[in-house]
Amino acid sequence: MRLRSGQAGALFVLAAFFLLLPQFVTSSYWLGLWTLTLFYALLGQSWNLLGGYGGQVSFGHAVFFGTGAYVSAVLQVKFGFNAWAGAAVAVAAGGLVGAFLGAVSFRYGLRGSYFALVTLAFAEVFRVLVNSWELTGSGFGMLIPLRPGAAHLQFTDRTWFYYLILALLAAACALVWWIERSRFGAYLVAVRENEDAAQALGIDCFRVKVVAITLSGALASVAGVFYVQYFLFVDSHIGYGPAMSVNALLAPLIGGAGTLFGPLIGAVALGALSELTTLALGKTPGVNLLAFGVLLLVILRFLPNGLMGLFRGRA
Amino acid sequence: MLADPVFLLAVAFNGLTVGAIYALVALGLALIYGVLHIINFAHGSLLMLALYAAFFLFTLGGVDPYVAVLALAPGFFVFGYLLQRFVIAPISFGRDTNVLLVTLGLSIIFDNLALYLWTSTTRTINVPYAQTYVDIGVTAVALPRLVALGAALLVGVAFWLLMTRTDLGKAIRAVARERQGARIVGISVEHIFAVSFGLGTAVVALAACLLLPTFYVTPTVGYAFVLIAFTTVVLGGMGSFIGALLGGLLLGVVEAFSGVLLGESLGQIGIFLIFILVLLFRPTGFFGQRVA
Amino acid sequence: MAVLEAEGVSKRFGGLQAVAEASLRVEPGRITALIGPNGAGKTTLFAMISGFLRPDSGSIRFDGREITGLAAHRVCRLGLVRTFQIVQPFAGLTVRENIAVGGHLKEPDRGRALAAAAAIARQLGMEAMLDAPAQSLTVAGRKRLELARALATQPRLLLLDEVMAGLIPTEVSEIVAVIRAIRDAGVDILLIEHVMQAVMSLSDDVYVLNNGRIIAHGAPGEIAANGDVIEAYLGQGAAHARG
Ligand SMILES: Nc1ncnc2c1ncn2[C@@H]1O[C@H](COP(=O)(O)OP(=O)(O)O)[C@@H](O)[C@H]1O
Ligand SMILES: [Mg+2]
Repeated sequence: MRLRSGQAGALFVLAAFFLLLPQFVTSSYWLGLWTLTLFYALLGQSWNLLGGYGGQVSFGHAVFFGTGAYVSAVLQVKFGFNAWAGAAVAVAAGGLVGAFLGAVSFRYGLRGSYFALVTLAFAEVFRVLVNSWELTGSGFGMLIPLRPGAAHLQFTDRTWFYYLILALLAAACALVWWIERSRFGAYLVAVRENEDAAQALGIDCFRVKVVAITLSGALASVAGVFYVQYFLFVDSHIGYGPAMSVNALLAPLIGGAGTLFGPLIGAVALGALSELTTLALGKTPGVNLLAFGVLLLVILRFLPNGLMGLFRGRA
Repeated sequence: MLADPVFLLAVAFNGLTVGAIYALVALGLALIYGVLHIINFAHGSLLMLALYAAFFLFTLGGVDPYVAVLALAPGFFVFGYLLQRFVIAPISFGRDTNVLLVTLGLSIIFDNLALYLWTSTTRTINVPYAQTYVDIGVTAVALPRLVALGAALLVGVAFWLLMTRTDLGKAIRAVARERQGARIVGISVEHIFAVSFGLGTAVVALAACLLLPTFYVTPTVGYAFVLIAFTTVVLGGMGSFIGALLGGLLLGVVEAFSGVLLGESLGQIGIFLIFILVLLFRPTGFFGQRVA
Repeated sequence: MAVLEAEGVSKRFGGLQAVAEASLRVEPGRITALIGPNGAGKTTLFAMISGFLRPDSGSIRFDGREITGLAAHRVCRLGLVRTFQIVQPFAGLTVRENIAVGGHLKEPDRGRALAAAAAIARQLGMEAMLDAPAQSLTVAGRKRLELARALATQPRLLLLDEVMAGLIPTEVSEIVAVIRAIRDAGVDILLIEHVMQAVMSLSDDVYVLNNGRIIAHGAPGEIAANGDVIEAYLGQGAAHARG
C-alpha cells in the first residue's frame, strides 16, 4: 500500500525536522530534552500498539520497560555481555514477558479494567523481586560502567544518542505503519472494537492479542535498553515503578491512541507543557505531572481522539 | 520460632489490625464498585488527601484525628459527591476504561498536587496514646490499632444496616442491581451514583483518621493502598461488603506472615500474587457474583 | 447429506432450560427457517451451532464433521458464519473496513480485501455508505452490515438471526431478494425470522421452536396449518408480523 498524500507530506516534514534538529539545537540541555521526548514517543508507541490499536489498556507497561532495562544491565554488569548482545537478549526477554503476561491474562478472559490492573500488579511483582534480589542490585540498582564507544553502545557525543533514539522511533513507527496496513492490523482493531463480532468472522482473538502484547513488550524493552545506555543506571523504581507505566500511556492518550503519529505528537506536547510549567512555576517536583494529569482530563473530555483529532475528523 | 503458637498468634493479630485498615479502605472501594460498576483508581489518592487533612488539622489546629473524623468524614463525603457528579461522570461518558483513565488522571493530579504543595517529606504526628500498648495475652498491641480493628467491624455493621434498613440503602441497592428499572421508578441514578461515591470517600476519610496515629503520610502513600484495596475487593468478591471486610482482614494476616517468612521487602509480593491469582482463577472472589 | 445436523442439543442457564433436545437439519441448496416465540431459545441454539456456547449435551455436525464445542473462530473458518440479532458492528470503523474484516478470512492482502468489501457493499445496496462510520448507520443499515460482513467471509452456510427485525416493508422485500440471490450463489442458509411473509415466501423448510423444544417441522404451508404451531406461536407471532 502507498502512503496517502497527506501522510507522505507530513512524514517528509517530520523527517526533515528531526534529522536536521541537531544542526540548530546545539545546547546540550535542549538536545537532551528532545532525546527524552523521542524516548517517551517510543515508549508510547509500544503502549499504542497494544492499547491504542488493540484496545487492551495497560497500566503496567513498566513491566516490559523494566525488563529491557534490567536484562541488558544485568547481562553487561554481571555476565560481561557486550552491550549490543545484551540489548538483543533484553528485547527478546521483553517480548517473552509480554507473551507470558498476555497468555495468562487473555487465556482467563481478562478485559478492560481488570487487564489494566493485572498488568500493574505484574509490574509491582517485578519491582519487589528486583528490589530484593542481589543479582539485580537489590535496593541499590544497577550502575553500568562507563565504556565510551559505539561498540559498547555508549556515546560521548550526545548527538549520537539523539540519532539512535530517532532511528529506533522511526523503526517502531515503520512497524506500526506496516501493521496498520496489514491483515493483522485489521484484526487487531477489530478485536478492540468488538470481540464477539471478530470471533464470528473467524478471528482468533486470543492469538491476535498475544501477538500484539509480545510486540508491544519487545518495543517497550527497546526503550528500556536505550534508557540504561543513556543514563547508565536503573533501579527498581525507575524500571518497574508506576511512573514509567504512566509515562507509557500519557503520550499516546494525549496525542491520539490508535494513530500512527499520536505518541510522537503527545510526547512533544507533554515535553512542551513540561517546559512551560517549569517556566511558570519553577522547577518544583510535581508541577509537570500535575499539568499532565490536568491535560489528560481535558483531552479525555474534549478530544477523545487526542490531539490527532484536531487534524482529522476521526482517529 | 515459626512453630511457636504464641508467636504465630501474635503475628496473626498484628496482621488483623493492619487488615482492619485495609478492610476500611476496601469497603469504600467495594461500595463504589458495587453500585457504579467502576474501578476508582483515585481511591488511594483520596486516602492520601484525607491523611494530609488529618495531619494538618492536628499540627495546625491541634485537633486529634479521632475528633477530626467528625469533620473529615462529612467533608470527604461532599468532596466525593462533587467529584463523581461533576468530574468523573461527565468526563468518562460512562465508559468503563474511560472511568479508569479519568480516575488515573485524578490520582496523578492529587498525588502531584500534594508533592507540589507539601513536598515529599514523610510526616507523622505524635499522639500520646500511640505509645499506649494493650496486652491482649499473646502480644501487646498499640491502642490505635485496636481502635481501628473495632472501628472496622463497627463500620461494617453500620454499612450493612444502612444498606438493608434505610430508604437510601434501598435506593442504592436498586440502582446497583437494575439501573434502568431504578430510573423508571423515579430514582435519580446520577444522584445515587454520587452519593455512593461520596460514602465510599467518607469511609476513606475515616480510615485515614484511624491510620494516622500509627502511620505516616507522603504524597505517594496512597499508591501502596490502591492495589491492596483492589486485591481486597477482588478477593472478597466485587461489591460485597462482608467480602471486603473479611478480605481486608485476611490480607493483613497474609501480609504479616509473608513479611515474617520472606522479609520486609520481599514480603509485599504476597499481596500482588494473590491479586493476580484471584483475578485469573476466581474473578468472582469468594463472596460475590461473576464480574460482567 | 445434510450441510448441518444438530442432534439432541440442550443448554441450561441456571434454572432455565433454554434449549432442550433440539434437532434440526439444513439440506444443501435450501433455505431453512427457525421460528418460534420470543425467548423460545432460537438465538441460544444459533450460539451453540456457531461455537459461541458449548452445548450441555447433543452433537452438531457441519459438512459431516463434528464441530460440537469447537471455538467460534474455528467454526467460522470451516465456512459456517453467523450474524447477531443484537447487531455487533465494529462501531469506530467505516462500513468498508467492517466488511473487509470478514473478507480477510480468505484474503490476506489489505488492498484486495478492501476492494472486495466495496463489491459486497454494492451487492447489498450499501455503496453510498462505504466510508461512513458504522456507528452512524440506521438500524436497517446495521442489519445489512451484519449480513455483508458475514458474506465477505465467503461461507458455505450462513446463519441469519432476525436480519429483518425492525425494517419497513420495502426494506424487507429488498433483503428477501438479497437472501435469495445469496442462496442462488450456492450458500446454504439457516435463518431465524419473525416476519412471517418473509418466512413463508423464502424458506423451503421450517422448524418451530417453543420453550426450547422443536415442536414442528415441515414445509411452510404445512407449518401454517399446524394447530400446535398456531397455538404456540402464530397467535402471538401475528402481532409480531409487522416487526
Ligand atoms: N447468557 C444467558 N444467560 C441466561 N439466560 C439466557 C442467556 N441467553 C439467553 N437466556 C435466556 O434463554 C432463553 C432463550 O433465549 P433466546 O435464545 O435469546 O431466545 P430467542 O432467540 O428465541 O428469543 C430466554 O429466556 C433468555 O432470557
Ligand atoms: Mg433471539
